[in-house]
Amino acid sequence: MIAINYAQLLRLAMPEVIVVATALIVMATDLLVLRRCKTAVRFSVAAVLGSLGCAAAIVRLLLAPETANILDGMLIANPLTHLLQIALLVLSVFTLLLSINSKFTEHVGEFVLLILVATAGMLFLVATQDLLVIFISLELLSLSLYILAAFNKRSAQSWEAALKYYLFGGMSAAFLLFGFSLLYGLSNSTSLSHIAAAIHGPALNPLLVIAIGTTAIGLGFKVAAVPFHFWAPDVYQCASAPSAAFIASGSKVASFFLFFQLMALGFVGAEGSAAWSHLVRGWVPVLALMATASMLLGNLVAIRQTSLRRLLAYSAIAHAGYMLLAVLAHTQQSLAALLYYVITYALATLGAFAVIAVVEDQKGGDDLSNFDGLSRQSPVLSFCLAIFILSLAGIPPLAGFFAKFYLFVAVLNSASGSMGLLWLVVLAIAMSAVSLYYYLRVLKRVYVAPLPADANKFNSPVLSQVLLLLLAASVILFGCAPQLMLRWIETAIRASGL
Amino acid sequence: MLAWTIYISFLGAAGLLLLPRGSVAAARLLALLTAVAGFGITLAYFLHHQTGEMLTITRMPWVPSLGIEYHLAADGISLTLLLLTGIIAITGILFSWDIIERTKEFFVFYLLLIAAVYGVFLSYDLFLLFVFYEIVIIPKYFLIAIWGSTRREYGAMKLALYSFVGSAMVLIGLIAAYVVAGAKSTSLSELAQFPFSLHFQMLAFPLVFVGFAILAGLWPFHTWAPTGHVAAPTAASMLLAGVVMKLGAYGCLRVAMTLFPLGLGPWGFHVLALGSWRDVFALLAVIGIIYGALVALVQKDFKFVIGYSSVSHMGFILLGLMTLNQIGLTGAVMQMYSHGILAGLMFAVVGRMVYARTHTRELAILGPMNLYKFIPFAAVTFILAGMASMGLPGFSGFWAELMILVGVWRSYPTFALCVGFGLVIGVIYIWCAMQKAFFAEPGAVSVPLNPPLPPISFPERLGAIILICASVLVGIYPQVLRNVIVPALNSPLFEGLRRGSWQ
Repeated sequence: MIAINYAQLLRLAMPEVIVVATALIVMATDLLVLRRCKTAVRFSVAAVLGSLGCAAAIVRLLLAPETANILDGMLIANPLTHLLQIALLVLSVFTLLLSINSKFTEHVGEFVLLILVATAGMLFLVATQDLLVIFISLELLSLSLYILAAFNKRSAQSWEAALKYYLFGGMSAAFLLFGFSLLYGLSNSTSLSHIAAAIHGPALNPLLVIAIGTTAIGLGFKVAAVPFHFWAPDVYQCASAPSAAFIASGSKVASFFLFFQLMALGFVGAEGSAAWSHLVRGWVPVLALMATASMLLGNLVAIRQTSLRRLLAYSAIAHAGYMLLAVLAHTQQSLAALLYYVITYALATLGAFAVIAVVEDQKGGDDLSNFDGLSRQSPVLSFCLAIFILSLAGIPPLAGFFAKFYLFVAVLNSASGSMGLLWLVVLAIAMSAVSLYYYLRVLKRVYVAPLPADANKFNSPVLSQVLLLLLAASVILFGCAPQLMLRWIETAIRASGL
Repeated sequence: MLAWTIYISFLGAAGLLLLPRGSVAAARLLALLTAVAGFGITLAYFLHHQTGEMLTITRMPWVPSLGIEYHLAADGISLTLLLLTGIIAITGILFSWDIIERTKEFFVFYLLLIAAVYGVFLSYDLFLLFVFYEIVIIPKYFLIAIWGSTRREYGAMKLALYSFVGSAMVLIGLIAAYVVAGAKSTSLSELAQFPFSLHFQMLAFPLVFVGFAILAGLWPFHTWAPTGHVAAPTAASMLLAGVVMKLGAYGCLRVAMTLFPLGLGPWGFHVLALGSWRDVFALLAVIGIIYGALVALVQKDFKFVIGYSSVSHMGFILLGLMTLNQIGLTGAVMQMYSHGILAGLMFAVVGRMVYARTHTRELAILGPMNLYKFIPFAAVTFILAGMASMGLPGFSGFWAELMILVGVWRSYPTFALCVGFGLVIGVIYIWCAMQKAFFAEPGAVSVPLNPPLPPISFPERLGAIILICASVLVGIYPQVLRNVIVPALNSPLFEGLRRGSWQ
């Protein structure tokens, strides 16, 4: 029996504790004090309180960084987890602040509570290397997201999307659990490092093959990779804007890190190879297949979309394909590239959804025609949208370009000396050339199309504009000076030795 | 100092954004001042550094962990093209004096484009060069799609996608080269010194070369050029034909040929009498010269004539590059300058002086108007531009084409004959276009136009005079450019090329 120091455990979990406590405070304040106030006031108070809680957690992480590894990876604290937790908290703060102007619900306290609980789930998710904790925190995150997706109760479509999300999600969780149970059976441990040691062998155990398959299915669903992507377009389109933004940004960051960690740590020795004309059985070719399908389907289907949210959903599938390349390369460099990519991607997506929220509020829909002539109505909003969209398209000097460049370099570099993964990189670059077409179509609406004659007056909230400019500035800054974030990521990875 | 050409253009664009809504005159003036300042800086540097060797302007680490540096440097080739950019930038603004719709935004995009072009010509780090090279795509898309004319959205999208596909090819080649060389540095000189295997160079060279050559209008990837030029507003077509196409040619010379010199060498076998990528691209360039000229001959739209003539003239540049001898390469760089000036001038005449007044570009309709009587200045300008473009002595085109021809004669004697044929067609299509556009049939009654055409304005005259002077100056004294280009070609950067297949 190993003695557990509960005081230490509590200290390590302090950021999560702060976030959960904030969630309860927000709920209590909203229900007890602000019951009779207007929704706008309640939203402002709740969101600001929630943001303060997240900020407190960030401060805690920055001021008292600790390094620990409790119970073989049950709970981990090192510079890398701190970095990810801070990134996730920042994204949650932005989501909360951007939701202040929403009008879709009166259950403000519950909404903010769910976002904070999901955040706590993500914080645990990145800070563990133990199957059991991974599964529990993943479920905490997922269940909150299902409810968030359904939160727009006035819209039947939102229900439908949420139900779809929930059913697919439940199924994928079952697959994941099945894979985990096989892994436990193979290794007699839930710790990733023990599993890796146990499954190491010259030939792949058939049970291990099944475990790889089911795990890939479960996580492929979380990151919306083809063929487990069906929920994404509906959820992106029908959930309320803040929920969709949260699902598209924060949860993506956490899920991709989990994906990398699980594959690179848990399945050491079962990699196989996806090199051209040199395929070897393992999890790498499985991911290569998923990545290829995601890049092709995501980019090609996005061309036909007329709703900006659906377009972003398919572009998210395509981006998941690019990011899977970094997972399958599984080197330190590719982890750095993945983190840089997913964080800057989350910033740009969050911004794009924030613009959509304002436009929907003013014009009543996210159809591309609603963006006609936006640049003449709101130059600031259009400028920000252009920055986000161009960053997603990978145009320099925005963050998305450096992210792509670094990712492709890391992938090519992973198969030291050989150009085995070149075919994946070529495909990815070719597909990003395709993607420029549909991204430019959006900007064409905004900048080129004439303003409809019956356009009403357009007023965008000041707070949204400020936040959007902040997000746009960060996208430009990280693009022009990638070293700012990269240095941090690299030292963190080196220090944590992943 | 020279780096300020980039910064000042970006600052000008940012300054324009701060102007209040609807300030047309102020926006024009600010844009013009920015362009003049950029040109002034280049000219001052040019007059001080007449040696043409590579001089580093700024060098500092940018992304140290990947070996990416913010490295700006200039040699004679860059300087020549920077001068061209400055001249075209100034005259482009003079010829856009009449833009009244969304003026501010027009000049913002215009200055962004100029800044990125300066950046490409000054970058000595491949990553940096690629960054600037891609920035170019977005402003030119909007310039065409918002302010363009015939089928503007189609032309703009086609142009953007062709450029992006080209740069995607370049990106694949660059990433592969960077990783093969150990992923330590993206500096052009360090990568150029790395001994890439022959096999790798044979694969990477055509990829990167074609990637850049798409933007230089290499046949059969030229189709974006005529549609794009025709759709673009005058200033944008001047920039496109004058400067942006040169980016492609510059990339071919500066990146593809210096990084992978062995890729130009013989394959060791022959397919259809072609023995190397060099033969293939030379043949494509010759086809481009003749094809462009022949198609220009039968166009009914005045602007399409110029558009296809650009394809033909860009063929000269690519052919000059493929001669791989000093005179041919010098000629190619001279032709970049010369064609930039002359294409700019011709698009200015067609787009601004003629089309903006008559609202038609159909040669069949323009002819009976007998335009030379009403806007004689435009007619004279076009005649001068046409003479220069035919390669008559006294203009820059003469020296450029002569040098390329001598170079081709040494490397590909048979192609020299074809090029001569192309030159003859060049004379014919310019002559035909000039006659059809400005002069009525003899004996035809010239109908007085109603309402009368507005006279050629002062900014237009000034712009045309600047461009003609720029061409004549080099025509009379070609040494001014040759003196800086030749040392640049003899610099260590082109060592691999000289050692490999230089003749």
